[in-house]
Amino acid sequence: MSPPPLDPRDRGGKAQPLLAVTGLKKYFHLKSGLLSSAAGVVQSVDGISFTVRKGETLGIVGESGCGKSTTARLLMRLIDPDAGEVIFDGETIGTHDGMSIREMRRNMQMVFQDSYASLNPRLPIEESIAFGPRVHGIPRAAARERARSLLEQVGLDPNLYVRRYPHELSGGQRQRVNIARALALEPRLVIMDEAVSALDKSVEAQVLNLLMDLKTNFGLTYIFISHDLNVVQYMSDRVLVMYLGKLVEIGTVEAIYNRPRHPYTRALLSAMPSMDPARRTTQPPLTGDPPNPINPPSGCRFRTRCAFAEEVCARAEPKLVESDEATLHHVACHMAIPGSGHSAATRGIAEAAAS
Amino acid sequence: MLLYLIRRLVYTIPIALGVTLVVFSLVHLAPGDPISAIAPADAPPEVVERLKKDYGYDKPLPIQYGIWLGRAIVGDLGASVATGERVAAQVMVAVSNTFMLAVAAALLGFSLGLLLGFIAGYSQGGALDRLATGVAVTGISVPHYWLGMVLVIIFSVELGVLPAMGMGEGSSAEWKWDWLHMRSMVLPVITLSVIPLGIVTRTVRATVADILSQEYVQALRAKGLGDRRVLVHVAKNAAPTVLAVLGLQFGYLLGGSILIETVFSWPGTGFLLNNAIFRRDIPVLQGTILVLALFFVLLNMLVDLMQTAIDPRIKRS
Amino acid sequence: MADAAANFVRIAEPLGPATELSVKSRSYWSSVLGKLRRDPVTLTCAGILVLIFLSAIFAPLIIPADPYKTSMIRRLQAVGSPGNLLGTDELGRDMIARLIYGGRLSLLMGTLPVINALLIGGLLGVTAGFLGGRVNMLIMRTIDVFYAFPSVLLAIAISGALGAGLMNSIVALTIVFIPPVARVSEAVTTSVRGLDFVEAARASGARSWTIIRVHILGNVLGPIFIYATGLISVSIILASGLSFLGLGVKPPEPEWGLMLNTLRQSIWVNPVVAALPGTMIFLTSICFNLMSDGLRSAMDVKL
Repeated sequence: MSPPPLDPRDRGGKAQPLLAVTGLKKYFHLKSGLLSSAAGVVQSVDGISFTVRKGETLGIVGESGCGKSTTARLLMRLIDPDAGEVIFDGETIGTHDGMSIREMRRNMQMVFQDSYASLNPRLPIEESIAFGPRVHGIPRAAARERARSLLEQVGLDPNLYVRRYPHELSGGQRQRVNIARALALEPRLVIMDEAVSALDKSVEAQVLNLLMDLKTNFGLTYIFISHDLNVVQYMSDRVLVMYLGKLVEIGTVEAIYNRPRHPYTRALLSAMPSMDPARRTTQPPLTGDPPNPINPPSGCRFRTRCAFAEEVCARAEPKLVESDEATLHHVACHMAIPGSGHSAATRGIAEAAAS
Repeated sequence: MLLYLIRRLVYTIPIALGVTLVVFSLVHLAPGDPISAIAPADAPPEVVERLKKDYGYDKPLPIQYGIWLGRAIVGDLGASVATGERVAAQVMVAVSNTFMLAVAAALLGFSLGLLLGFIAGYSQGGALDRLATGVAVTGISVPHYWLGMVLVIIFSVELGVLPAMGMGEGSSAEWKWDWLHMRSMVLPVITLSVIPLGIVTRTVRATVADILSQEYVQALRAKGLGDRRVLVHVAKNAAPTVLAVLGLQFGYLLGGSILIETVFSWPGTGFLLNNAIFRRDIPVLQGTILVLALFFVLLNMLVDLMQTAIDPRIKRS
Repeated sequence: MADAAANFVRIAEPLGPATELSVKSRSYWSSVLGKLRRDPVTLTCAGILVLIFLSAIFAPLIIPADPYKTSMIRRLQAVGSPGNLLGTDELGRDMIARLIYGGRLSLLMGTLPVINALLIGGLLGVTAGFLGGRVNMLIMRTIDVFYAFPSVLLAIAISGALGAGLMNSIVALTIVFIPPVARVSEAVTTSVRGLDFVEAARASGARSWTIIRVHILGNVLGPIFIYATGLISVSIILASGLSFLGLGVKPPEPEWGLMLNTLRQSIWVNPVVAALPGTMIFLTSICFNLMSDGLRSAMDVKL
């Protein structure tokens, strides 16, 4: 990865993370109706912490319902978190001495999964792209000019497309427009929430390459959310694995894909379709659906589907511990914690030492 | 299911209370002092004061409402200002007469509407479909009080085969289910059935057409299921929507009969209301409207419950 | 390369909803107009309505006869009588003049309540739908109470309590039509609010009012407006119905419902003339209904 050019907006220098998330939490209270007695609580995102380094792409993977999209919406403050702190380049978001939410939204943008629903059907695409800059006080002519230049950047000829309406475009073209819209505020961080998942495979590849180019051209940082492990591997520098609202493993793409430590990550990877026969694993694939997020299992949430679950896994929740410093590898599993009480805990260490 | 039932009941109570509040405040919508409607214009001040006290109008509004509601709950709707009769008794007689019309009109309008709607939904674009669509739009566009007049002109004035007004010989107390009396129902029932006929036809047509275009119906056909068996599937899936419309329409029939009853001088709630309005007989007005509106609320709840019971997609837990 | 890629994308894209491709860029409204132009029923109805409205507005220019001028010797003349082409009413007033002038009050009483309800109910519904939560709860539960009355009953109850009169009936009908408009507005707004482009607009840092103005209104006004045009037909029938009961305008004003009421006594003498005002109500109402249907399918709105 080539070092991105120094951004004049940069404050803390290269070493300071662009985004530092601590203890982010969102529970959804299910109401049973009129009397609004809480019928249940969905622990959608349950206290996750991570950082995003300047210029990198952090991939987030997990099954549907694990809290990936909620995390994205929490970061954008489209929904309010119950707890947690988000620091953008040294400034805490949403506090009076830090960065206002409006200011944050100029620095951080998002591309949604549904390319059609995320464009206003009544506006020509030029207006959709220019909307953000207009909101932030840029004159109409200048905002339109920016829209045209961005359309060109995302590979759509502005002379042909500016006055078109979303229904006149294909899914791939619409997603290009959505990317242009996200870039219109000149953000430093862009969250892709399953941005290519609905696209046809051939179109997906084009859009992924476009994203790579834009990242270099604009010096962007990405959070790339997807359930598609191949795509995440292709795009990411580091990968974060979520399971039922918890962060279970995080590390460089090489570490996660080649030396996964968490049984869940291993199961996910073994279920991943691959052209390479050498990559076939003998790991048990995941069976069944994730448990009900309303009443998640005690202790380690994965234990109900884990082949190595022992008594300690039901009793205590595994902490996220460092597993390898060089690959920034952290994992939340009792087998990786020496002295946790799990029979494989020491063997785990031995294995790590041997590798 | 029981839990759902209870929840639905709990939801209905505030609505019903709101309805009583609206009906209660009708008195205060009326221009001037409510007592001026009751007392003779030249009544001395002390009589007016006493009347106010008797009717409870000297107390603050929330208390008045409380007293009124308390009486209404036990069935005491007060007495008519004009005739002194008990409102509750008057309303009961009127409601039962209105019911006769409404039930008959519902039977006629619903069955024709279901038939037409089904045929139209099945033969979309065909001649029958166009006929049904025409019937539907006519049904919902025709001023039914005028249609009543036109029917009277044709069948009473020109042909002289059916009575133009009333309930046949004697008052409603002497009603008998014989042709002599029942023939007086024919015109009002036909008139009243036109709106539900239009709306039911339209809804059923749209619902059936929508279901037929669904992939699962095509799958059923592809599986080689006969037309009759497909029809059963369609009917089952259309039932919840259609039922909801039928329920609402029955409620509207009760309200809508007011104008028709005036046209045919049918001694139902409409007739009663009409008289109450012209005599400024507020207790009768209130009582009639309260009974009809509460019935409508109850009907809505029943429709909801039935819809839930037959719709597999709605969870009943 | 970009163009080639774009063309390739078009062909290779079976996914995604509504991949309706057109060669020329057309805005939504121009496509709606195009569809309407090919719909003879809607065009005819619109034409008839324009005619009815214009003749009501410019009545004095069209018809020289005085709609108030009574004549004891020329009462209840039949249709086709010399000098009174559509006959005369029970007080000898010219029916053509009264039918044309009658449109003024009937149309006013039919349309004004819907316009009022569109403004008030629309505002309430969009607010409730956009804000959600407690505000929604408060507004919609109150609306539910009024919705719990059958519309005819509510109209008669309110105008019965208020007393007869043009203004009172307009107020009563406005109250009747606010709940349905508010309900439709709330439902449409809630569904639009949940779409990603509204989220995206929020994510761009726009304030609520800007989002409502730019993104919500453009997408909800169409459906709400169409629903309201359908209500006008009901409103015309109800408004004339109130007059028919003697709750609307007072004699001697010409108004279709009131004319039906006063002519009702004369059906044994001159049935055809007695039925005439109703035909006007019917014609107006059915035209509004058919036009509303046409607009609905042209605008591709599902309610």
